[in-house]
Amino acid sequence: MKALFCLAAILVLLPLFLIFFDLLIKGGKELKLTLLIDLPRPVGEPGGGIANGIVGTLVITLLTMLWSVPTAVLCGIYLAEYGRGKFASAVRFAADTMTGVPSIIMGIFGYVLLVLPMKRFSAWAGAAALSMIFIPVVVRTTEEMLRTVPTTVREAALALGIAQWKATLRITVRTAWPGILTGILLAMARIIGETAPLLFTALGNQFWQTRLDQPIAAVPLQVFTYAISPYEDWHDKAWAGALVLITMVLVINIAARILTRRKR
Amino acid sequence: MARKTGGNIKDLLFERTTAAFAFLVLFLAALLFAVLLRESLPALRKFGAAFLVTGTWDPVREQFGALPFIYGTLVSSFLAVLIAVPLSVGAAIFIDEFAPPWMKTPVSFLAELLAAIPSVIYGLWGIFVLVPVLRDGFMKPVTKYLGWIPLFKGPVYGPSMLAAGVLLSIMIVPFILSVSREVLATIPQRQKEAVLSLGGTRWEMLRIVIGQHCVPGIFGATILGLGRALGETMAVTMVIGNRPEAILSLFQPGYSMAAVIANEFTEAVGDAHLSSLVLIGLILFAMTLAVNLAAKWILTKMVARASRGF
Amino acid sequence: MKKIHGVLAGVLATLAVVSFAFAADPLTINGAGATFPYPLYSKWFYEYSNANPGVRFNYQSIGSGGGIKQITAGTVNFGATDAPMTEESMKKLPGPILHIPTALGAVVPVYNLDGVPAGLKLTPDVLAGIYLGKITRWNDPKIAELNKTVTMPNADIVVAHRSDGSGTTDIFTNYLTTVNTEWRAKVGRGPSVNWPVGIGGKGNEGVAGVVKQTPGAIGYVELAYAKQNKMKVASLRNKAGHFVTPTLEATSAAAAGVAKSMPDDFRVSLVDAPGKESWPISGLTWILVYKDQKDEARGKAIVQFLKWAIRDGQKMEAALDYAALPKPVVEKVDSALKQISFKGKSLY
Repeated sequence: MKALFCLAAILVLLPLFLIFFDLLIKGGKELKLTLLIDLPRPVGEPGGGIANGIVGTLVITLLTMLWSVPTAVLCGIYLAEYGRGKFASAVRFAADTMTGVPSIIMGIFGYVLLVLPMKRFSAWAGAAALSMIFIPVVVRTTEEMLRTVPTTVREAALALGIAQWKATLRITVRTAWPGILTGILLAMARIIGETAPLLFTALGNQFWQTRLDQPIAAVPLQVFTYAISPYEDWHDKAWAGALVLITMVLVINIAARILTRRKR
Repeated sequence: MARKTGGNIKDLLFERTTAAFAFLVLFLAALLFAVLLRESLPALRKFGAAFLVTGTWDPVREQFGALPFIYGTLVSSFLAVLIAVPLSVGAAIFIDEFAPPWMKTPVSFLAELLAAIPSVIYGLWGIFVLVPVLRDGFMKPVTKYLGWIPLFKGPVYGPSMLAAGVLLSIMIVPFILSVSREVLATIPQRQKEAVLSLGGTRWEMLRIVIGQHCVPGIFGATILGLGRALGETMAVTMVIGNRPEAILSLFQPGYSMAAVIANEFTEAVGDAHLSSLVLIGLILFAMTLAVNLAAKWILTKMVARASRGF
Repeated sequence: MKKIHGVLAGVLATLAVVSFAFAADPLTINGAGATFPYPLYSKWFYEYSNANPGVRFNYQSIGSGGGIKQITAGTVNFGATDAPMTEESMKKLPGPILHIPTALGAVVPVYNLDGVPAGLKLTPDVLAGIYLGKITRWNDPKIAELNKTVTMPNADIVVAHRSDGSGTTDIFTNYLTTVNTEWRAKVGRGPSVNWPVGIGGKGNEGVAGVVKQTPGAIGYVELAYAKQNKMKVASLRNKAGHFVTPTLEATSAAAAGVAKSMPDDFRVSLVDAPGKESWPISGLTWILVYKDQKDEARGKAIVQFLKWAIRDGQKMEAALDYAALPKPVVEKVDSALKQISFKGKSLY
């Protein structure tokens, strides 16, 4: 009996080890400095890299977070501190709904709302699609983190004569901040790895591109393009790109975990 | 309670500001729904409810039906859940009941790492590792001897419903595992001890206690995993074979709603084509919404039940 | 908390500076479309950008269908397709558009069979039969009798086709429609069709990938992809009754007749071309540009690039197994380029 459960546990963890193993071996093979600092080369030419993808991913991610973090955190504050009526329930429902929506649909949203009217693919559109994934998640984690702050803390602040808005911001939010930040970091890690929403918003780019109103490269897009190609050297680059991607994602995840642990 | 004057206005301003952002979030959700509805209207008008059950996907003749994609999404997701749930629950039981205590944290950590891996990386691994292994190690031999069973009918390509189902199961395991562990943690220790002290074996204890307390929770976890599987795009599109046909055999290629949108969206030229794709998106949206709501409802029921105590 | 704010502010400031710096840089022209000419175009854009640092062409190979769709929606500056736009789809355009031919390519059947050498002989009807799902095993008598010197394996034929809207598909299905009545009745021609059998790969790359990874598979790809991936290519019996392998020469032979009969809008098909050496599944590939450009700088850059492409660019085609445009066609294209204008003024 125990053996069966043990087997289940092994089967569950086996793919993880296999994937990591492959990522390290196959990805490491192609992980030269050129990969990180070069632009993509045409098919058949040696060398080439995903440097523009790395920059592109950072640009889109930071752009997304620029408006998504304030929106989500402030909304979360509203729900935790003032959210008692029907309106708040509706907002919670909306956020919960959006967290479950497949990311490809956010891509449709970005395409219709930004790509078509602007008549171009752009980093803006990519960020718009990603923010629809980022915001609902962070709204809920922010609200939950704020709710863990004991009422005694709030009451103490008010008893000291601090205005309510100041108390909320300076004290409640500050207390919950490590948890809120964790939520933000985890959502950030998630959107860094997203491919589907970028397929028809950011589109991708062969060159350096940091202008926000033009198509822009991103590492997950490049990994996808290289993976489904028939060229061996592009497959190698796909693994290397995947390794870069997972490193970014894991570093952020681990940072977030350390934050939560320190709080306790 | 002493309060600074003027603080009232600032308080109001603060409340209103945060409320404005809350409204923004609500607005975005509504906008999403509106966009999907508007873009899919032409297809809705042209095909009506028949869209759900028509099997043709013909861009040349502009005849579209979502049946193969709905079928593919449902089959691959259910297959994923079928594989993932027993394994995850079993693994959770192992970690909580049988594993040495030092194992608990690293294993949780590893499971969390699995959850963080982006879909496209699963897809990459799927194409180059999983599909060849499944094809040569499982599907080809099975089809040779059992190919007369419709479920296992060849010819074997590699990319298939089975590959998608297995890959999806690997992807949803972390979620089901973590919820299962939470559910197992709610079992009162006294109950376990009670059964054991009455002479029950470990296995009997688990069966009774889990059966009593955990079924709704595990059911909720299942539905949560299902919700995730339904929406998965990149990994599925890389291993499912992209064939818009509802075929019974698991070894045959198929298609899913999310995958067809990813593949055909940038080039759908005809209005009917694009609108049909958005309509598929709307159906997917509705499906995942229904499933996630069901999961939440069951999970809250479970929490309520656990907190009532026994 | 303050530290993080500081870091974030610093990063944003850097981004702003970098953005500004890059914004002052080269003019970017965005195009999207066919995967058929992608190996050629990626070389062209790379070389042209090196020679002309003030301008950059960003090309995303998303399929001919995507190229047509995006140029219609105006989200790119030019499109690329090997399936000429239909009258109906041209009605949806906001303005008149030009099909500028850039190269000739060959669509070739590729297969993955151990123990079978390259150059497997196929006839039009056998190829159609495979894609119709009527011939399902490699050792089918219809294939065996064409290849008596080869022992055909007793294996399933795994059919691969495009999952996206594709000009390559258009050329291929055009061919099957022309040479096989059953295909014409059942399936027809187009960038996307209702395939009777097979699995879908995305782009020429996807189909090549599927065939490479699946023993027993057959697919159709542009010649450059077959060559680059060292895949086995089948030989086909052409209209004149000869079995030809797709080579640069065979592609050019198919185009020989086209020079005389090239219509003014360049939308012509090359399938099942007459001639002893002609490869029967050849096709032109076009770049789609609007006659009336909305952006003067970009319009001019596109015209300059196309002028280069139809002359200097043609020299790079042979190395990648695309055939150059015949001289008379080049002259005709050159005069067509003069029609591209901004507010009535030619950008040539």
